[in-house]
Amino acid sequence: MQRRSFIKIGGFCALGLGALPVARVFAGSNQTKYAANPEALPGKQWAMVVDMQKCWEEGEPDCTDCILACHQTHNVPDIGSVKEEIKWVWTEPFENTFPEQKHAYLAESVKGKPVLVFCNHCANPSCVRVCPTKATYKRSDGIIMMDYHRCIGCRYCMAACPFGARSFNFRDPRPFIKEVNGAFPTREKGVVEKCNLCEERLAAGLVPACVEACKHNALVFGDLDDPESAVRKVLRARYTIQRKPDLGTKPKIYYIVS
Amino acid sequence: MLAKALRGSKGYGQWVALLVALFGIGFMYYLAQLQQGLTVTGMSRDVSWGLYIAQFTFLVGVAASAVMVVLPYYLHNVKSFGRITIFGEFLAVAAVTMCLLFIIVDLGKPTRLFNVLLYPTPNSILFWDMVVLNGYLLLNILIGWNVLEAERKGVVPPKWVKTLIYVSIPWAVSIHTVTAFLYAGLPGKHLWMTAILAARFLASAFAAGPALLIILCLVMKRISKFDAGEEAIGKLASIVTYAMAVSVFFVGLELFTAFYSQVPGHMYSLQYLFVGLYGQGNLVPFMWTFTLLAIIALVLLLNPKTRTNERTLTIACVAVFVSLWIEKGLGLVIAGFVPNAFKKVVEYVPTLPEVLITLGIWAIGGLILTVLYKIAVSVKEETAR
Repeated sequence: MQRRSFIKIGGFCALGLGALPVARVFAGSNQTKYAANPEALPGKQWAMVVDMQKCWEEGEPDCTDCILACHQTHNVPDIGSVKEEIKWVWTEPFENTFPEQKHAYLAESVKGKPVLVFCNHCANPSCVRVCPTKATYKRSDGIIMMDYHRCIGCRYCMAACPFGARSFNFRDPRPFIKEVNGAFPTREKGVVEKCNLCEERLAAGLVPACVEACKHNALVFGDLDDPESAVRKVLRARYTIQRKPDLGTKPKIYYIVS
Repeated sequence: MLAKALRGSKGYGQWVALLVALFGIGFMYYLAQLQQGLTVTGMSRDVSWGLYIAQFTFLVGVAASAVMVVLPYYLHNVKSFGRITIFGEFLAVAAVTMCLLFIIVDLGKPTRLFNVLLYPTPNSILFWDMVVLNGYLLLNILIGWNVLEAERKGVVPPKWVKTLIYVSIPWAVSIHTVTAFLYAGLPGKHLWMTAILAARFLASAFAAGPALLIILCLVMKRISKFDAGEEAIGKLASIVTYAMAVSVFFVGLELFTAFYSQVPGHMYSLQYLFVGLYGQGNLVPFMWTFTLLAIIALVLLLNPKTRTNERTLTIACVAVFVSLWIEKGLGLVIAGFVPNAFKKVVEYVPTLPEVLITLGIWAIGGLILTVLYKIAVSVKEETAR
């Protein structure tokens, strides 16, 4: 064989190897291999209204039903150290949750009261913007997700989140999980985690665990895009506030405090 | 040329042995960190970056040593820098290597490091920092090595090296700018979200890098036959003087904006740094050490008599280096996390393993620097004969 024809054939072969990915890009379908569960809750922008007034007035003072439900469902470990604490949902005093609302003569109805805090599932999330591997990303339904298998543990998202919503696995969390829920993955040391708005439950047609666990219906969940959804109805009827709206991340968790 | 690093005096051997030992200790502790996770460090949920990222941030600045000798030499024909450009470049090689190592030891999942390449994400500044740092490392290795080899052979370096040198000048600016952007673009971190952060990084880099270069040149003068020359040292000292003055001025600008406007968010971190916040202030003694050293450095540098005296110049350069290490490394990175998202003060104290791993990486940097400088000095001694 002549060298010239060898190179020609080689060239065609190389072209052929490159054809498949090109064909996939142009001729592939956007349909995924697996169909979604028909039971799944449809939503374009999930959101939540946290009615703290109801929680404070009707709830038992030491009630932690929502927190327990979440942490049990998602295998959130109890590390037992403030330094390495892992939490998806917890409470902070009113003054710490809404520092810009704090003044010397706060009404007794809010002063020092615990406020439920968790990931705000921002529409313009700074954590997603900074992640160098797209391990944290925004879904089409507005949920900010974590890919525990892609996260390199650089903790840039933790620095970028102005809400302190993210926790890092400083050590292997598995020995610190009291009762493992086999239906949800546990994490390894070295990755970041946070509230996922129970995307695994939404996919099965269930509302988030915290919403379900609240005996007083203080947590209202729904689609912001749907004017008739439960959240939109509450937002129309009640005065709500948000955490640090001035930072422009467009949080999707709303609070009723009075 | 590498062979030149293998032969040396007894002192050289002892120095290398010391660095290798320090590296070994650090490496052992790193293995423990790999096993147990970042729990061995003092970092927490609230102060999620610590000593490692602080060293990285500071050392990006030290890498500026290269551009501050290359730019005057190649763009302004400052002949006296001809003898020391190679040392500026090799210092940059050591500094950038340390930067990359500090990022790696800070990762929770170092085995997944290459995810940054597998899933390139241009909207992440960290992605661009990886690009510019690796690029700068490669540029300085290629330039330094080729220029030195040409010098040894007594020929002019190949033409493409000159092109790379011109590229390396704006590239040096990019490493500081991009590293500053890592911090300056985060909502809610008031200490970092300042438009002059990149300018501050450049100013402190142009002071810390050349200051270390002066110290190294004076050390080489003592222990080898290589003398950078009074003129080169004098010019470097002028650069350090200007850059240090601008650097301190920039810190003053931050203080004015925060405390004249009286906007609490802008004041908190600075209060934490200089006087403590809510009764907590681990960094207060460090920041006053910074202030004192910065004043000493400026007094010694601005006074022509003390600037031209080798002994006082050395003191000034050490003061510049240490003060900027405190200000840009420790202070800036750690205080950015204080107070936390809930306006609470959570303090950070590095642990012993963390300090030893940090020392280990400094030892690797020292080792790279020693070997490269040994080669360069040997070549220069050889060609001088």
